[in-house]
Amino acid sequence: MATLNSGVPQGDLKDKWTQYKDSIDLVNPANKRNIDVIVVGTGLAGGSASATLAELGYNVKTFCYQDSPRRAHSIAAQGGINAAKNYQGDGDSTYRLFYDTIKGGDYRSREANVYRLAEVSTNIIDQCVAQGVPFARDYGGLLDNRSFGGVLVSRTFYAKGQTGQQLLLGAYSAMNRQIARGKIQMHNRHEMLDVVIVDGKARGIIARNLITGEIERHSAHAVVIASGGYGNVYFLSTNAMGSNATAAWKVHKKGAFFANPCYTQIHPTCIPRSGEYQSKLTLMSESLRNDGRIWVPKRMEDVEALREGTLKATEIAEENRDYYLERRYPAFGNLVPRDVASRAAKERCDAGYGVNKTGEAVYLDFSSAITRYGKEQVLLQGEDPNDHNLIKKMGQEVVKSKYGNLFQMYEKIVDENPYENPMMIYPAVHYTMGGIWVDYNLMTTVPGLYAIGEANFSDHGSNRLGASALMQGLADGYFVLPYTIGDYLSNDIRTGPISTDTPEFKESEEKVKDLLKKLVENKGKHSVDYYHKKLGNIMWDKCGMSRNETGLNEAISEIKELRADFWKNVMVPGGLNELNKELEKAGRVADFLELGELFAKDALTRNESCGGHFREEYATKEGEAKRDDKKFNFVSAWEYKGEPSEAKFHKEKLEFENIEVKVRSYK
Amino acid sequence: MNLTLKIWRQKSNTDKGSLETYPISDVSEDMSFLEMLDVLNEELIEKEIEPVAFDHDCREGICGMCSLYINGEAHGPDRRVTTCQLHMRKFNDGDTIFIEPFRANSFPVVKDLVVDRSSFDRIQQAGGYVSVNTSGNTQDANSIPIPKDDADTAFDAATCIGCGACVASCKNSSAMLFVSAKVSQFSLLPQGQVEAKERVINMVNKMDEEGFGNCTNTGACEVECPKGISLDNISRMNREFITANVKK
Ligand SMILES: Cc1cc2nc3c(=O)[nH]c(=O)nc-3n(C[C@H](O)[C@H](O)[C@H](O)COP(=O)(O)OP(=O)(O)OC[C@H]3O[C@@H](n4cnc5c(N)ncnc54)[C@H](O)[C@@H]3O)c2cc1C
Ligand code: SF4
Ligand code: FES
Repeated sequence: MATLNSGVPQGDLKDKWTQYKDSIDLVNPANKRNIDVIVVGTGLAGGSASATLAELGYNVKTFCYQDSPRRAHSIAAQGGINAAKNYQGDGDSTYRLFYDTIKGGDYRSREANVYRLAEVSTNIIDQCVAQGVPFARDYGGLLDNRSFGGVLVSRTFYAKGQTGQQLLLGAYSAMNRQIARGKIQMHNRHEMLDVVIVDGKARGIIARNLITGEIERHSAHAVVIASGGYGNVYFLSTNAMGSNATAAWKVHKKGAFFANPCYTQIHPTCIPRSGEYQSKLTLMSESLRNDGRIWVPKRMEDVEALREGTLKATEIAEENRDYYLERRYPAFGNLVPRDVASRAAKERCDAGYGVNKTGEAVYLDFSSAITRYGKEQVLLQGEDPNDHNLIKKMGQEVVKSKYGNLFQMYEKIVDENPYENPMMIYPAVHYTMGGIWVDYNLMTTVPGLYAIGEANFSDHGSNRLGASALMQGLADGYFVLPYTIGDYLSNDIRTGPISTDTPEFKESEEKVKDLLKKLVENKGKHSVDYYHKKLGNIMWDKCGMSRNETGLNEAISEIKELRADFWKNVMVPGGLNELNKELEKAGRVADFLELGELFAKDALTRNESCGGHFREEYATKEGEAKRDDKKFNFVSAWEYKGEPSEAKFHKEKLEFENIEVKVRSYK
Repeated sequence: MNLTLKIWRQKSNTDKGSLETYPISDVSEDMSFLEMLDVLNEELIEKEIEPVAFDHDCREGICGMCSLYINGEAHGPDRRVTTCQLHMRKFNDGDTIFIEPFRANSFPVVKDLVVDRSSFDRIQQAGGYVSVNTSGNTQDANSIPIPKDDADTAFDAATCIGCGACVASCKNSSAMLFVSAKVSQFSLLPQGQVEAKERVINMVNKMDEEGFGNCTNTGACEVECPKGISLDNISRMNREFITANVKK
């Protein structure tokens, strides 16, 4: 076991980033023109990085698997983005955002990175407004905020339920400006299938043109992975259908350590599944917990009547409802962090109180908020304060203006009106805190190879707070990487163009071609989805919201078997040299089948419960997570050694110098 | 329910393509349209027939990747939804459903139901941005208050997902709704005004160059637009375009 060096600069926490920026080497503008950077991904992280690096003068080559950079999965983010602006004057500050993020992450993240994130958060909002991002505003024309889980201030900026879309279109527009200037070479519908390492440094990638099937070599002086998270290892998740771990996994196999793979976020408020054919799960933004109250019936007879359809939720009297979050966590109530809210929902459903046919749903109810807003509006507009219909109508209007698109999404999927009946929700896989290990510079264990956004592991510990992923993606891409990568590239000003005509590129290319050929020639008997669904079931049952030793051991052997079966019996129709969506999926599932095993192994070795990682053996009598700071106050980083089960463990010890490590309580 | 699907199959851009018939049974009302196609594809794979290629990603109506012309309507019969949000409860047992790609000269077919919409990206590259570098010292976000109405209208325009349904629905294959959405967003915000004139001219010119047709105010685009982008944006862009040309 080796100890990893995070490269955190010396000095006071508050001054580290400033001092670091003052002391690094810079590349002069003329030299930047001779330096190429590859960015894989056009989400908030990759999009913002590509644009900024191009503005600085580097030649950027950017890749995404969709038909346009604007469609990266970040587009789907709903609720908002955090920033310590303290516009509401409610006591927010850089330190408080830092503190909330470390605490929310259950003391499993790196102090210096998180502080830097909090520090640059305010710049993000300024930058986005300057780009023309239409954030929500109040009647005075100033920016509005809302609250998210796990915090006691209002620091979340938003654009209705489409915050991710607006931020991504901002980054996309910044990219477009550089594409027009020729500073970004955009490769849409391309999938990175390997990283090329020359003399120990990342110097390029192998990508497949998804339309022609051609395998291409691309070189650069540095490679940035911004390919998002691996939640789709569960098959069903709130991620986009194409979200995948391939880029991250391929670099892992080439030497980049993979950190904390078992830290997954199961989001408490998603639309429950409806049948076997289900292809994905849809999130109902956490912002809804600002106004929605979560409950299940207190009495079993009501639950049964609900399932039989003889009783409606609205007919259950107030005193027969169990607002279990408010009951268990009076200080934070419905706004407890996600891991806590998800486990509480599972606890109630496991106890038999689930409100739909599958027994896997709880209510998210807006009636109190509708009444509260309605009364306010009636007063403001001088209408009759006893007119209940009017109150309801006006209240619904307010709720619509805040969450309209989410309510519409719900109605289209479930075919029920959420303004009249409470929503039904259940936890679903949403985000992966684990990812490629990076140091303070966001560089992986391979020199010249960087990882940003959800693809890295760095800022959220074992649980991410709502509205912090967008913040991290844009912080990494706009404000952090452009500095740190310059320090590295300053050594490359005399290198000159990197040739793709080398043995290293050739070898990588051949390996990729062999793998693809093997897949299409296999002519087995099961489709790719057959395997993906099986893997998903293993992951959900044994590596899901709660885990135990027996289950994890089973998961490891079952995934191994499934992987062997996949390579024997998978059927991939179509050819190599054409658009072949099954082939794309096959490659991704092959990687998930390896990652899943490492995931289970990581969960098995972490004998504690922290954040999204809940081990049944390590819980208090009341069912709260029991962390073990003496033994597990570290990051687990895994080095690839052939089989996932043989991965070698490395440790990065976490030091908390500016925060007192406490039991995380939201009571 | 049991359905008959008539689906456009086209091997590649150079292939001619034709409608093929596929029966499908036991379709649940709660399935999304794309889940129904997933089920069909699984059946085809089992029979060793190449599955139908179609674009999709988020499956929640926001990425703009899905398309499909279903029974003569972009994104199918439901209103204000994308194909991925369309559910089978909108159809009846025994229905025949025609599924074709979005058709327009500027959206060439890539394969089956997949089309190339990169012309949209090129229009955005011609001016769909505010020229501001990332410096970390742009002015404070609250230094210019923006009237809520303007911010909200700009937001409404900015919710365009770039799906291309407006083009596919228009008999002239005009991209006016799409282009005007971006032009409007920026023209309503102070940050966008500095470059407003060049922006509208460059984007409109690019749109013409890409071969999109003229707008003859039929309004089909607004009806089929899954995001409810309003025709007001087109009027706003026309005004901007005229003033920009006058002042040039
Ligand atoms: C439904 C939903 C709602 C959310 N809401 C919020 C929210 O309100 N607030 C918040 O802070 N966070 C939210 N999140 C989380 C947040 O959206 C993501 O964590 C974040 O957007 C990830 O951004 P990214 O840039 O790292 O990656 P992504 O946006 O996932 O982008 C990945 C990019 O990599 C490309 N790519 C992937 N693999 C390859 C490959 N092999 N080759 C080439 N290209 C590749 C893709 O094409 C894409 O461009 C939400 C997430 C979901 C699922
Ligand atoms: S205007 Fe509407 S139909 Fe046209 S691209 Fe935008 S969202 Fe799609
Ligand atoms: S798949 Fe994203 S909008 Fe339909």
